[in-house]
Amino acid sequence: MKTVKAAFVKSLPVMAGYVILGIGFGILAWNGGYGLPWALAMSLLVYAGSMQYVGVGLLAGGASVLTVILTTIMVNARHLFYSISMFGHYKDAGRYKPYLIFGLTDETYSLLCDGKTPEGTDPHRFRFLVSLFNQSYWVLGSVLGSLAGSVLPFSAAGIEFSMTALFIASFTEQWIETKDHLPALTGLLGTLLCLLVFGPEGFLIPAMCLITLLLTLFRSTITAGRKVSE
Amino acid sequence: MSVSHSAALVAVMSLVTILLRALPFLVFRKKTPDYIAYLGKVLPPAIIGMLVIYCLKDTKISSAPFGVPELISALLVVLLQAWKRNVLVSILAGTVCYMALIHFVF
Repeated sequence: MKTVKAAFVKSLPVMAGYVILGIGFGILAWNGGYGLPWALAMSLLVYAGSMQYVGVGLLAGGASVLTVILTTIMVNARHLFYSISMFGHYKDAGRYKPYLIFGLTDETYSLLCDGKTPEGTDPHRFRFLVSLFNQSYWVLGSVLGSLAGSVLPFSAAGIEFSMTALFIASFTEQWIETKDHLPALTGLLGTLLCLLVFGPEGFLIPAMCLITLLLTLFRSTITAGRKVSE
Repeated sequence: MSVSHSAALVAVMSLVTILLRALPFLVFRKKTPDYIAYLGKVLPPAIIGMLVIYCLKDTKISSAPFGVPELISALLVVLLQAWKRNVLVSILAGTVCYMALIHFVF
C-alpha cells in the first residue's frame, strides 16, 4: 500500500498533462474520423504522445506501411536513449520488466530517470506502478476526448505548453541537483545548434547523434570531474 | 481509409515503438558495458535539454509575437521550480500563464 501511495504521488505531476493531452488526442482522432475504439487502441498499444498525434494524420491520409515505419522511427528514436539510460534500473525488474520497457514514455522517463525510489518500497514495483498510473491518465484523457468529440467548446489553445513546462521544470530540477552541468548544456545547446542547421522537421536525429558524440568525447573530462567532486 | 489498412498501421506504430524501447535490452542482455552505464548517467540531463528545445521548435521568433509568450512562461517555470521545487506547481502556473498570454495579450 505504501508503494502504491508513493507511486501515485510521484505520478501526480504527469496527471494533468497526460489527461489534457490525451483529451486533445481523443478530439483530434475523432475529428479525423477515428472514434473511441481507435483512440483507445492507440493509447493502449502505441502509447507515445507525439507519435499518436502524428499517427492520426497518417491514418486519415492512408499512408503506406513504409512511411509509418520510418515516421515512427524518426519521432520515437529518442526512446532508444531512454532505454539505454534506464538499462541498469530495469534489467533485473523480473515480471515488471516487459511493461516497464513498454511504458517508457518521455514523461515516465522524466519522473524515473534520476533512479531514486522511496525508502521502504520495492523499487521495481514502484517504477511499474508509476508507469501504470501514467498510462491510465493517458488512456482516460483519450477516452474523454473521444467522447467529447466536437461537442466540446474548445478554446484550449496553448494547453500544449504543459508538456514544455514539464520538461523545463525537470531541466531546472536536474540543474539544481547536479554539480556538473556539462551534460545538460550539451543536450540544450547541441539540439539548438541542430535546430538552426537542420530546421524544425529534421533536427531530432542529428541532435541525438551530436549529443551522443559530444558526451562520448567529454567522457574523460566528466568522469574525472565526478571523481574529484565525490 | 479502409478499416483493415488503418488497423495494420496502428499495429505497425505499436510494434516499431515497442521495438525501439526494447532494443537496448535485447542487445545487451545481462551485463551493462561501462560505456553504456556512462551514457545512462549523462544522457538524462542532456535529453531533457533536448526535449525542451524540441517542444519549443515551432516557436516563431522572426514574426509577432516573437516567442515572447514562450519566453515569459518558460522563465516563470524556471523561477518557480528554483523557488518552490514542485514540478506540478511549476507546470500549472507556466501553462496558465502561457494560455492567458496567447488569449488575452498577444
